[in-house]
Amino acid sequence: MLKTFSIGGIHPADRKLSAGKSIEMLPLPKRVAVPIAQHIGAPAKPEVKKGDLVKTGQVIAKTGGFVSANIHSPVSGKIFKLDEVVDASGYRKPSIIIDVDGDEWDENIDRSETLNTDITLSSEDIIKKVGEMGIVGMGGATFPAHVKLSPPPGKKCDILIINGVECEPFLTSDHRVMLEKGDELIVGIRILMKALKVDKAVIGIENNKPDAIQHLKKLTSQKSGIEVQPLKVQYPQGGEKQLIDAVIGRQVPSGKLPIEVGAVVHNVGTAYAIYEAVQKNKPLVERVVTVTGPGVTKPGNFLARIGTPVSQLIEAAGGLPDNTGKVVGGGPMMGKALTNLDVPVTKGSSGILILPHEEAHRKPVENCIRCSKCISACPMGLEPYLLMIESEKELLDRAEDDNIMDCIECGSCSFTCPANRPLLDYIRLGKGKVGQIIRNRN
Amino acid sequence: MSVVLITILTLAGLGALAAVILYLASQKFKVFEDPRIDQVEEALPAANCGGCGFPGCRAFAEALVKADDISDLNCPVGGPDIMEKVADILGKEVAKTDPMVAVVRCNGTCENRPRVNQYEGATSCAVAGALYGGETGCSYGCYGLGDCVEACDFDAMYMDKETGLPVIIEDNCVACGACVDECPKDIIELRKKGPKSRRIFISCVNQDKGAVAKKACSVACIGCGKCVKICPFDAITMENNLAYIDYEKCKLCRKCVPECPTNAIHELNFPPRKPKPEKKEAPAKSPESSK
Repeated sequence: MLKTFSIGGIHPADRKLSAGKSIEMLPLPKRVAVPIAQHIGAPAKPEVKKGDLVKTGQVIAKTGGFVSANIHSPVSGKIFKLDEVVDASGYRKPSIIIDVDGDEWDENIDRSETLNTDITLSSEDIIKKVGEMGIVGMGGATFPAHVKLSPPPGKKCDILIINGVECEPFLTSDHRVMLEKGDELIVGIRILMKALKVDKAVIGIENNKPDAIQHLKKLTSQKSGIEVQPLKVQYPQGGEKQLIDAVIGRQVPSGKLPIEVGAVVHNVGTAYAIYEAVQKNKPLVERVVTVTGPGVTKPGNFLARIGTPVSQLIEAAGGLPDNTGKVVGGGPMMGKALTNLDVPVTKGSSGILILPHEEAHRKPVENCIRCSKCISACPMGLEPYLLMIESEKELLDRAEDDNIMDCIECGSCSFTCPANRPLLDYIRLGKGKVGQIIRNRN
Repeated sequence: MSVVLITILTLAGLGALAAVILYLASQKFKVFEDPRIDQVEEALPAANCGGCGFPGCRAFAEALVKADDISDLNCPVGGPDIMEKVADILGKEVAKTDPMVAVVRCNGTCENRPRVNQYEGATSCAVAGALYGGETGCSYGCYGLGDCVEACDFDAMYMDKETGLPVIIEDNCVACGACVDECPKDIIELRKKGPKSRRIFISCVNQDKGAVAKKACSVACIGCGKCVKICPFDAITMENNLAYIDYEKCKLCRKCVPECPTNAIHELNFPPRKPKPEKKEAPAKSPESSK
């Protein structure tokens, strides 16, 4: 019997159309727009001005605090201007727009393909380096990685969990990284283990990726401390708390971080980026993005520079199909519909999903029939139907008592609701309001 | 016979005893309540809308009685007449307040502001606001999902199906501010009603740069500053590419209205202008068209 998390969960069809497509290098765009807030926390502060010449990998915006990350130029060229650009959030966000000219990299960056397995830096230096190189969680939450590597005083980490679950349907970028960059990934994991001073790491992979499980098992067989744990396919296993439950059976208490149970979770994409940052001095300037969808002619996985317009990725995948109803940034469960196709790729963009009309629209909302399917589906053990009503009617104190803040916004409740109720829409709203109240209280 | 007598006496005795206990208890635990609170509450409109800033009319009455100076307290529903009455009851002075009315500062109708995407989520501005900037290129404008209409207790608002914008029925609006609080985009503002309900305001809250704003909506304020220059009373200020008319300073001269290149400045309830051959645009609006 394969392991999985203990409560809730759903089984959407996995539809990994691009799983067999190896990572392709996307040609350089003509112009990139790099938002200065690509991570959770304070936005970075721009260091360049209009007309400056930049090289690939050069810092163009400095970290704006401890919970923040540096932004590096993903291309070489001339700063066109500092302006606001609509990003995946649907709002205009301050960005640095660069006109691409050639591809000249910063001279400190090692661009060779050779595998460098010697970890020379000390634990503190690794954390510093990860911070400098602007590495953030690449699973989608974009939490600055160096913050996760620095446990608060008094807390001890004893296990590192690597998230290779990729439970979102359609997405395959992590899958391809595990298959194609396995050796680098293992070094990345060893770097993370050294930084956290732990001697045990587990890579959690869902059972629908047998090739990746096999490949990584082969690579980790002689190395002590790193283990591969196949997991039963169930959404949202890629959630941090669900993965810890699935892999080591520990439950993170309500309102607490994973470090409370001695675990730190990093995505495989992050581990690979950390390998490149520490061993090759290469900042986070590109990432693997899956472009997929039922009508897409050439679904695939592309290595794209940060700031590349989404339209170029879609072009590389064979263009926008005729009956496109919706373009989603991210996966179908947690992704967000894009409002235009000039949205830039950011550090957290794991995929672009193009849905045809017949799959793109919501069904009419009906009344709640109290079937409690949402309660069975909720991986956090909440009561979504109740939280929705409380958010709608602004019964915020009751919503707080019913642990609305524990919601991980996975969308399992909305997915499973037979009456098509917009459960998550309202819960997210209530969560925002309750969060505001809690912040004001402190 | 004696049975009846004993029964009556016992019951009467018990009754008297209970009466004494109740009387003593009521003396002991007596809470003094100013009788004027009841009088004031009686005078208030009993709308319990919260427009005064207190949770209902009773709480407002208590506050009125308690406060020494009631000049900064105002019942927007009752207006000056009711406050005058309250002042008579309490023997205190009230400040003269100008009647206010809610104004929708967005004119992004379907024609003026083309839709660039389609929203299918829950019919609530708050939900949409938590997700993204809206169906048009303007992320400051009205979502048109009617949270303000839901919030209005006085039937003073409705959604215009054609324009997709809320409309305020001036006669019903009591300026309680419920819609102002509800709007996630801060589009609705309480403004001075003005003599004969005449008002001039910028019907736009877009803070984008001119070109971006104009591309998203043909009647957006582009921050050109022409109105600021022409205003003889320094009533117009420009901040973040957006002009704002201070209703305290505005003398309703209407000079700014034809000056605006995008017709973002609206005038309400003015008589029609004398036609001038070179200025074709004289958007004299009827009360119903307060958009």
